[in-house]
Amino acid sequence: MISDLVKRYGATLAVDDLSFEAAFGQVTAVLGPNGAGKTSTLECLVGLRKPDGGTVRVLDLDPVRDAKALRARTGVMLQDGGLTLGARAGDVLRHIASLYATPRPVEELVERLSLASFLRTGVRHLSGGQRQRLALAVALVGRPELVLLDEPSAGMDPQSRRVVWDLVSELRSEGVAVLLTTHLMDEAEALADAVVVVDHGTVIARGTVAELTRSTGLVRLTVPDGLDTAALASTVDAPVREAAPGQYVVEGAGTPELLATLTAACAAQGAQITSLDVGRRTLEDVFLDLTGRQLR
Amino acid sequence: MSSSEPTRARPAPASAPASPVRRVLAQSRFEARALLGRSEQVLLALVLPALALVLLSATDAVDLGLGGSRIDTIAPGVLALAVLATAFTAQAIMTAFDRRAGVLRLLATTPLGPGGLLGGSVGGVVVVQVVQTVLLGGLALGIGWRPAVVAIPAAILAGFLATATFTALALLLAGTLRAEAVLGVANLLFVLLAAGGAVLLPAANLPGPFAAIAPYLPTGALGEALRTSLATGAFPARDLAVLAVWAVLTSLATRRWFRWF
Repeated sequence: MISDLVKRYGATLAVDDLSFEAAFGQVTAVLGPNGAGKTSTLECLVGLRKPDGGTVRVLDLDPVRDAKALRARTGVMLQDGGLTLGARAGDVLRHIASLYATPRPVEELVERLSLASFLRTGVRHLSGGQRQRLALAVALVGRPELVLLDEPSAGMDPQSRRVVWDLVSELRSEGVAVLLTTHLMDEAEALADAVVVVDHGTVIARGTVAELTRSTGLVRLTVPDGLDTAALASTVDAPVREAAPGQYVVEGAGTPELLATLTAACAAQGAQITSLDVGRRTLEDVFLDLTGRQLR
Repeated sequence: MSSSEPTRARPAPASAPASPVRRVLAQSRFEARALLGRSEQVLLALVLPALALVLLSATDAVDLGLGGSRIDTIAPGVLALAVLATAFTAQAIMTAFDRRAGVLRLLATTPLGPGGLLGGSVGGVVVVQVVQTVLLGGLALGIGWRPAVVAIPAAILAGFLATATFTALALLLAGTLRAEAVLGVANLLFVLLAAGGAVLLPAANLPGPFAAIAPYLPTGALGEALRTSLATGAFPARDLAVLAVWAVLTSLATRRWFRWF
């Protein structure tokens, strides 16, 4: 649980009055572009950084003052890995397991995350996806009540991501609270019970994926020669924007009436439609609407 | 997408830390293995001192101006060199690269915590030093070294204070500089101190002002303490006092400036 969190680095405000809560038996995804303050927030949660304002409570404890009591109860996967580069993968996992009184059996994690093929390989020589799987095993070996994962499937191939997603779902059904940061929309859509969209250090939207994507539907169309969006918008009486050159999005439920008006308007402009797609807003649409489309 | 009901029920808490002693022992073992598992560290901590021991005791080519038995002067110096190599150079380099890879940050979130990390670092160094002392000491005994047995407690105390000082300095370096800079500085200081810090050879052998300064360096105090006590059985009071002051000063500086993350 976080309320009104503030974190500054010198003059830079990384986290500005941010509040949210993660519940047991739920996966909470913190979604945001790079530099939104996701990692800073997570570091405050695990006691690696001291907040400059606000309150952070983890399992009803203060992450800085009660760090000792919390360390065994939380499992953390950091973005930079934090695995000893010079050691073998299996030795790292067994070593972390030995810091707990009743760890998960190492063999079970090896099996679940398919680590067997590289247990005797030095961490330095692992691929990005292999390191991520090992880091996840390290985060889970102590049977944590709260799991914090900073971009867990970064650098993973699709098969590895499946395995990670299954494991996270399993943790949820065991009643573990899972908090993960991601900028992968499909990951949040596949896993999250609650989504918190963060930008510029503050929460700009929150809800379930269904709630966030509920609003009106969308019609996407491709017109390679270009369209007069203003004229089209006034004809169909719905907002129209050019998502990419020649690709347009009409923000409205794709009813037969709208499609008839839309195609008639294109005919009036003499515009050849090469594809037309009716659908709902994806989390990615919501995210881009909220955080803007320009690179930064 | 999930359809599970939000629940506020806690899972049955199954997470529990191992006891503090077990955690520190596990970390010590892990660090000792890491130190002994790297070929460059083995070279620095064992091969180099062993070579110095064999060459300096076997040849008269280098006139050291030593009175008495050469081996009685050289063996304590080699042990001091081994302490410096492990507690300072190896420890600084390993901590610096672990810190850069985020290892210290991650371990700080496990039951080990920062305190256990420190304990484990010292424990790892001590384990390696025991291995070094057994192997190098055994080699020296084979060559003909006959240390004064009565002085062994004083020698161990000197080794302990020097280890505290060198480890604190290593962490200070690793916790404030970039990893590549630590690699350079730790090796450079090792060479400079080994040559001019009265580690391997008595301070009296050094030229001019160095002979006067060296006994007050932690390296010189360690070297002189081991030579004095193990060769003659005398209690090296001044050297131990110098080492104690260094241990306190360096520990305070490290407490003040070291950053785990």
